Amino acid sequence: MNLNTSILKYIEDVKSGSFTVEEFIAATLQRINDIDGDIHAYLSLNDSAINDAKLIDQKISSGEKIGQCYGFPISIKDNICITGTKTTCASKILENFVAPYTATVVNRLHAEDAVITGKTNLDEFAMGLTTEFSAFGPTKNPWNIDYVPGGSSGGSAASVAANECLASLGSDTGGSVRNPASFCSVVGLKPTYGLISRYGLISYANSIEQIGPMTKTVKDSAFLLNIIAGQDANDDTTIDSNNQNYLENIEDGIEGKKIGIIKEMTTSDGLSSEVSTATKDTIHDFESLGASCEEISLPTIPYTIAAYYTITSTEAGSNLARYDNIRYGYELESEGYEYNSYISKSRTKFGPEVTRRIILGGFVPSAGHAGKYFLKSLKVKSKLISEVNNAFKKFDYMISPTAPVQPFKFGEKIDDPVTLMLLDYNTVTANLTGKPAISVPYRVVNGLPIGMQIMANSLKEKSLLQAAYALESKTTLPEVPL
Amino acid sequence: MTKIGLEIHCQLTKLKSKLFCSCKANYREFEPNHNICPVCMGLPGSLPRLNQKAVESATSIAMALSCETPEKIAFFRKNYFYPDLPKNFQITQLNVYGDMSIGGEGYVNVEDKKIKIRRIQLEEDPGRIIYEGASERTKITLIDYNRAGTPLVEIVTDPDFESPRQVRVFLNILSDLLENLGVAEPGLEGAMRADGNVSIEGGKKVEIKNIGSFHDLEKALHFEITRQQSLFERDIEIVQETRHWDDKRKITVSSRSKEEDQDYRYFLENDIPWVKIDQGTRDTLKENMPESISSKKDRYVEKFDIAPQVAEIIASDRYYSKLFENAYSEYNAKDIANLITTDVIGFIDTKEKQQNSKITSQHLSDLIDAINSKTITRNSAKVALQEIIKSGKNTKDVLQEMDLGQVSDSSEIDIIISQIFEEEKQAVIDAKERPETVNFLVGKVMQKTKGKADPVKTLEIIKSKLNQ
Repeated sequence: MNLNTSILKYIEDVKSGSFTVEEFIAATLQRINDIDGDIHAYLSLNDSAINDAKLIDQKISSGEKIGQCYGFPISIKDNICITGTKTTCASKILENFVAPYTATVVNRLHAEDAVITGKTNLDEFAMGLTTEFSAFGPTKNPWNIDYVPGGSSGGSAASVAANECLASLGSDTGGSVRNPASFCSVVGLKPTYGLISRYGLISYANSIEQIGPMTKTVKDSAFLLNIIAGQDANDDTTIDSNNQNYLENIEDGIEGKKIGIIKEMTTSDGLSSEVSTATKDTIHDFESLGASCEEISLPTIPYTIAAYYTITSTEAGSNLARYDNIRYGYELESEGYEYNSYISKSRTKFGPEVTRRIILGGFVPSAGHAGKYFLKSLKVKSKLISEVNNAFKKFDYMISPTAPVQPFKFGEKIDDPVTLMLLDYNTVTANLTGKPAISVPYRVVNGLPIGMQIMANSLKEKSLLQAAYALESKTTLPEVPL
Repeated sequence: MTKIGLEIHCQLTKLKSKLFCSCKANYREFEPNHNICPVCMGLPGSLPRLNQKAVESATSIAMALSCETPEKIAFFRKNYFYPDLPKNFQITQLNVYGDMSIGGEGYVNVEDKKIKIRRIQLEEDPGRIIYEGASERTKITLIDYNRAGTPLVEIVTDPDFESPRQVRVFLNILSDLLENLGVAEPGLEGAMRADGNVSIEGGKKVEIKNIGSFHDLEKALHFEITRQQSLFERDIEIVQETRHWDDKRKITVSSRSKEEDQDYRYFLENDIPWVKIDQGTRDTLKENMPESISSKKDRYVEKFDIAPQVAEIIASDRYYSKLFENAYSEYNAKDIANLITTDVIGFIDTKEKQQNSKITSQHLSDLIDAINSKTITRNSAKVALQEIIKSGKNTKDVLQEMDLGQVSDSSEIDIIISQIFEEEKQAVIDAKERPETVNFLVGKVMQKTKGKADPVKTLEIIKSKLNQ
């Protein structure tokens, strides 16, 4: 049985009786069993996956109404809650946290008969770009296990790339879906802020983060978006998707569309020559598809990384304040501790990156410093929004490489937080402006993937997916060597 | 000159649910930690869902206090660590870049003084901390999160009060107003709380926190004014600080942690988008707002010629004014009002008694009819009232059962008076010499008839008998 298949192909095969859901899920679990010791994409597995598959097979054979997912296997990033299972955020402080509720996105998947394989690894609380900050050990890149898979949704990306599931849900605060998608050669979509419910997603920087699908193909991304997008009574920030069908007309092409090549993201010092070459080739591909490309400068971009880390740290400092050892953390004797020592004791459970951002988050919005850091960052954000909105008056899309470099080896950058931060350089703009952006696998050079990013205006996911599909159809990629 | 300002917190207990989840706003009936959910417990992954009704209630309060109400409002996070805060931040409001809280710049007239309302904001109440155990070794702290997330309105005044007495009058007006609006029950324990700040001429502002009741607030303000004055007289500097009210010792004590050093790192709560309160909504709220106490009072005085003091008492209490509104007709309004303020209030003087009372507006108009048609005396009416409040039986039955019908038959009264004249010979002589002592004889008649004799007729007959 070929596990390297798309959701859409899988559904066709199940419908035609090529294999049962149970057979496919069993093979997937076998694959996880065989290789995840090396990859470490998963933090926990769904014990009832086979059972879930059997129930769906029964529905199919009895002719009962069946959800549109037909039991395809999907993994979920371990910062998204599912009732009765551990949701750890790859952190010691939530090591044994069992949520009493299920995230809206997972409920929607369940309602359409998807089978959850398990929960995937991430940088602790989604803060990081390599999964090296997971408290439970890093995930390896399936293309070469000496290399990082990207982050923070590294486990999700690796699980899809290594055929340990057909798709995954990640979360993207500054590139956490797109960056690992690029590093592992899968499709990663960060939708418009508010298009997908965050209910059940454990907050890191709630004003800019979104859940996003990670898939093998662009069409699968559209398929998943159809299922999980739209207003949710449990999340006041969600917006109406107007029941868009993102799959419909996805092959329409991009003839006559205008594409802006973001100057600051394609000419920065940090860009590797391989990535730079790939970018130039992408531009040619788009032109050959009938689009016109033109360089556009967004002068605020050099300030976005500073603004991004200031804003996200501020929100993280607040969002993570609840882990105060009264409800989460160590088991302590009830006597002998005063409240403040409870807090400081619990804080030792956080890893270095989370600690760094909590400290930063205590400082940048504080009285006497807010004007210099936090409020200034908000100004950068609003300036960026108006620049990008202006650009979208002229362009249908704006493109850049997803990451300035290809995957690197473990340990190479972990001790250099600032270099690590710069990996987000091309991705944070979509988060700060709330715009949708997608990373499309473009090329594999020296055995390591390169992804291209396309950004569109708010709620233009349909058009964005058309462009992504067009680019995807120009590429031929090797199979993962695993 | 003494300047006092107030910060009042009032729970919107009339709402069905909490500010950001569907748990009950009325947490008082629950076992500890039984009125909670993932949202009000701040569990990771949960998100606040704004209760739109709370926004409307708070807007009504702002309007009733003559505040400006902005087109849209925002919520902020106030970040600080405290065990009663499930998220370790409180979702509240702040006016930093213009008016973003639910109301501002209002006022309340207190006697001849205009007390300015600086700001009104909508926020969530924290949980409750209970300290148990007397000895140092067994001291434990319990947390009950039932209250966490209860909608709370904070009302901040300018330092416009000149005396603790003025503060008391204001708080009475305010709590009547909130109750009249039907959004709050200030009588419930802990439903309305106030902190104060005091400064005297030449001194700095001192805030007083941790005050349990309005009664204690008045005491705390008195103490603080005296403390500051004695410092001033001895040329000791009054420092700007926060002091806590020590309920046991009845004094204010300087807080150990310097509140002014506290940095709340306020920033926008992005999980709740900006809330638009458009003109249409505000117009509807205004239309549906119950008549204000002062306009009610004016109406009673102008339309029915009721004495201003009487009108004020009835208008400012939801219970009495409801009784009155449903009982009066054009002809008996004044009598009903007087019956309420002279007799009913005496029997039903607490919220609890109001809740248990069985009296209806029909009873009141029946009683007044009976008095005016001379079926019963005022005294009998009072006796009947007590029974009606207890049993709720209809007025006719009560009057009959208790044999309260008035004796207005002259011959019957005549016989009784003759008996009294026999029994009280000295009094009759006294009354003949000094007419002002005649009331003694009238009283005797009333005693004998259990108050049923018509006092006017009785006096008439006694006087004529004395002159014989």
